[in-house]
Amino acid sequence: MIEVRDLKKSFGSHRILDGVSFTIEKGESVVIIGRSGGGKSVLLKHLIGLLRPNSGEVVIAGENIVSMTERELLRVRGRFGMLFQGAALFDSMTVAENIAFGLRRRGDLPAEEIAKRVENVLRVVEMPGIENKKPSELSGGMKKRVGLARAIVYRPEIVLYDEPTTGLDPVVSDSIDKLILRVRDHLDVTTVVVTHDMRSARRLGQRILMLHQQKIHATGTAEEIFNSTDPVVRRFVEGIADPQEQTF
Amino acid sequence: MNRQGNGWISDWLEGLGRITLLAREAFFSLRTLRVSWRDLIYQIYFIGVKSQSVVLITGAFTGMVLGAQTYFQFHKVKMDTATLAVVSVSMCSELGPVLTGLMVAGRVGAAIAAELGTMRVTEQIDALRTLATHPVDYLVVPRLLALHIAMPLLTVEAIALGICSGYVVGVFLLGIDPVYSWVNMVRYTGGTDVMMGLIKSVIFGGIIALVGCYKGMSCGEGAEGVGRATTEAVVYSSIAILISNFFLTLSLTRLLNTL
Repeated sequence: MIEVRDLKKSFGSHRILDGVSFTIEKGESVVIIGRSGGGKSVLLKHLIGLLRPNSGEVVIAGENIVSMTERELLRVRGRFGMLFQGAALFDSMTVAENIAFGLRRRGDLPAEEIAKRVENVLRVVEMPGIENKKPSELSGGMKKRVGLARAIVYRPEIVLYDEPTTGLDPVVSDSIDKLILRVRDHLDVTTVVVTHDMRSARRLGQRILMLHQQKIHATGTAEEIFNSTDPVVRRFVEGIADPQEQTF
Repeated sequence: MNRQGNGWISDWLEGLGRITLLAREAFFSLRTLRVSWRDLIYQIYFIGVKSQSVVLITGAFTGMVLGAQTYFQFHKVKMDTATLAVVSVSMCSELGPVLTGLMVAGRVGAAIAAELGTMRVTEQIDALRTLATHPVDYLVVPRLLALHIAMPLLTVEAIALGICSGYVVGVFLLGIDPVYSWVNMVRYTGGTDVMMGLIKSVIFGGIIALVGCYKGMSCGEGAEGVGRATTEAVVYSSIAILISNFFLTLSLTRLLNTL
């Protein structure tokens, strides 16, 4: 479904990704972990064509999206839904308008059907009855739920999550994790989650990829990663700073 | 110093190239009618209706001061009744479109850059793209079209009020003969002056929209990035209006006189 081959990306002289390669199968749930500022979100944005690599390939369902124009990418992006770190809700619109945005732009559904889908998806994310609220009236957790509703309302094949639990308290984080699992199981979507929250990673990932020093350093099931003897993986899993390294 | 100078020139050329590509993309989007009409109407309201007060004040006081100054100079050579003709020609072909352009650049260009810049730093533009929407279709084209529509209307208002204000100051305050003034104004103000003003206003509208959208969509991170984009949008579009006005005056005078 998703294949990344030898992906390299730099911002100016700062190398972020240096030969990243991996494959994600249809219906799989993959978590990408790594240090803050390590390039996880940059990698995620490459999967949907929001960023272009310096070299390498990103193949989505057999199509290399790296060489596509922005307009050609619009068609490919119809397969994706994405939840941003800060939810990225359109602040000039209500919750219902935010969720309906993608459906309205497609223009192939009547207004009543769109309203029904919005109501249904708000029930899925456990936020019924907030259609007329503005994003500024919502808490962080509520914004993420509405962002997720917007990402899944048009039934995508792949859902990308950029730090879905960052900035949320443990209880709300737990409810977002459960919601991601429910969406994965009910909609049968391919799920890619970027996080440094190890509790979320363990719960959400059928497979975990660890990004370290611009490359995929380790890959395996949650159990394999959590029981790894590799010192870099162990330090990250246990949250122990490397004494040789400046961490801030 | 030399390297710094080269860096500035290459940045400037790169910016110009990117604005040209943005204009091409907007033109492509317009041609295939991917415009959101609801947004277009809102933008015409925001850009046109909401800018009226500032444009009307500018037009009125420019006409008044131009009328007074022209009278003070012309009175010395007994040409008082030509005052309104000068006010009229100046307002139609130069001051009307340029001052309206500068005021709209300050109000609307800054607002566009700030809004799009904030959308960029809060990832709302990326969110648009993930929802299979081209940012040029949804953000740039409605603003560009709205400015193309609103600018000539605002300019006509500024010109009309400027001439009326000049008339009031000249006739009622400075005692110029109203009939001769009016006749001279009609005689010396040609259709080409009005056309020149309208064509310029459409072009200035395009400059304000493209510079504002480009600066907003390419702004740096954080509040500082948005602030800088806003400032640059106003400064660059104002400079572009003033420079292009000179070349437009020369080329349009030649073009309209040959028609």
